[in-house]
Amino acid sequence: MSITSEIPARQNALWLAFRRNRLSWVGLALLLVIVCAAVFAPLLAPYDPLEQHIINRLQPPSADFWLGTDTYGRDVLSRLIYGARVSLVVGFVAILIAMVIGSAIGILSGFIGGIFDRVVMSFLDVMLSFPTLLLGLMIAAMLGASFENLVIAIAITEIAPFARVARAPTIALKQRDFIEAGRAMGFSTPRLMGLHIFPNMVSEVVVMGSMWMASAIRTEAALSFIGLGVPPPTPTWGSMIREGFENILDSWWLAVFPSLAILMTVLALNILGDALRDAIDPKTRAE
Amino acid sequence: MTQYMIRRVLLAIPTLLLMLTVVFVLVRLVPGDAAIAILGDQASAESLAAMRSQLGLDQPIHVQYIDFLAKAATGDFGRSLATGRSVLQEVAVVLPYTLELTAAALVIGAIFGIPLGTYAALHRNLWPDYFSRVLSLIGLSFPAFVSGILMLLAFAVHLRWFPVIGSSGSGVGDHLRSLALPALNLGLIMTAYITRVTRSSMLGVLNEDYIRTARAKGVRPGALIRRHALRNALIPVVTIVGLYFGTLIGNSVLTEIVFSRPGLGRLILGALNARDYTLLQGLMVVFATFVIFVNMLTDIAYGLVDPRVKYN
Repeated sequence: MSITSEIPARQNALWLAFRRNRLSWVGLALLLVIVCAAVFAPLLAPYDPLEQHIINRLQPPSADFWLGTDTYGRDVLSRLIYGARVSLVVGFVAILIAMVIGSAIGILSGFIGGIFDRVVMSFLDVMLSFPTLLLGLMIAAMLGASFENLVIAIAITEIAPFARVARAPTIALKQRDFIEAGRAMGFSTPRLMGLHIFPNMVSEVVVMGSMWMASAIRTEAALSFIGLGVPPPTPTWGSMIREGFENILDSWWLAVFPSLAILMTVLALNILGDALRDAIDPKTRAE
Repeated sequence: MTQYMIRRVLLAIPTLLLMLTVVFVLVRLVPGDAAIAILGDQASAESLAAMRSQLGLDQPIHVQYIDFLAKAATGDFGRSLATGRSVLQEVAVVLPYTLELTAAALVIGAIFGIPLGTYAALHRNLWPDYFSRVLSLIGLSFPAFVSGILMLLAFAVHLRWFPVIGSSGSGVGDHLRSLALPALNLGLIMTAYITRVTRSSMLGVLNEDYIRTARAKGVRPGALIRRHALRNALIPVVTIVGLYFGTLIGNSVLTEIVFSRPGLGRLILGALNARDYTLLQGLMVVFATFVIFVNMLTDIAYGLVDPRVKYN
């Protein structure tokens, strides 16, 4: 069936992205460094990220503490390494949830069509009219600061974009012969949507996911900065920057290093997302 | 054209209604008791009951909903629990500061972004193009508060060119000096965005037949770019920047917090710290209304600048 004829062409997209866009290697390398830091945090971190050495509080970077220490005398480098876990996990899980729920809504809406589709689309338009940060902030504030609530808040802000991305190809695909054939063979609607429509758009959805994970990580950092993130003492980049901001006049290292870590992560994901999108987009591919 | 405008304005009404419904549902979907969230779990039963009746939570849900819509229709989005002033009053006090900041950022973004994007498109796949692409990717990767703090560290704390704390004096010079860094922070992110959008839009236009025709009939390169290419390329730029408005609001909120500028950012932060949920709910409605309004204006502007848009 047409499913098998379509997927191999798309899988080449990954190769194409790396062959055509040399910058994407830089993105991949940066991302690998961050993922490794998160995975091997206990091995890499020179100190316990929660251990307080009050004698060594607010030390500038030195041979003992490469990136300095914070107001409780905790090692900034160790906290930075552990902080990668929070950013990556929150970003990844939130995007995964948004991707599953959003794609399901988009496919359902596009497949059923008619008034149902119109109602769903106008709801999505309304969701898109809330500024992402404020929507996340509002939900996180009402739910209370915790890891799960943060993930939920960020996931909700990203559902509507995924639904939009999934809906457009559904409308094109449902008119194709292989769907008609499936219907004639008596396949159920959920089966058609899940096994025959979804696999044909999985690459688009995943590429958008890698781009929006950057925005999810940015939202997580912003919410942590405001004080709505994973509660202390868990090290998160956003809350580290918040602490650095409070000591901005005398302890520059507190804010600078977590800032660079967030920048590096978001940049890596943006570079990769860009390259992948160019590779699957027929408009730019033809050029 | 007038008909198109009227239709577009009317189309915003169901969207606004739906938006109010979403806010209403969202606020009530949250588990837990709003009164406890506001007063804390130590509050007495009487004060909780009083708070519930003040919020109208003791009414049946459909009564609450109709009441909420009816009040919103008259511009009443609730009162701040902390100050007792209406949401619109609270917003009106700080809005000029935020508008000043976002307007300055848009101007900076247009001044730098449009030429940079055009230049990059004209030198496609040459080093100016790579340079501007990498720069705009970096610019777009900065969360607004991160770039703000780095700028604050570099220009205010280290170089001491600007005040660390927002408005200090009352003169025009002081005012501009306190606006400069926040505007530059937001403006650079805007520049990155506009550069990117202009570049891709320009690339699309440069492939059009009418550009080839103009070139063939001997239009000078400068005039070709300005009068034929750029004018057409800027149309989608207007739309896309309009769609970016929601993100711009989020970024300006963060920028205001970092630079301790008065504005919507501080209002939100204050509402969060005071557990002022009615103010937060009202602010959501106000912001979403803004975005819907800007989208509507963008659509109308699109119709005005591009005569090819069909008004049906």
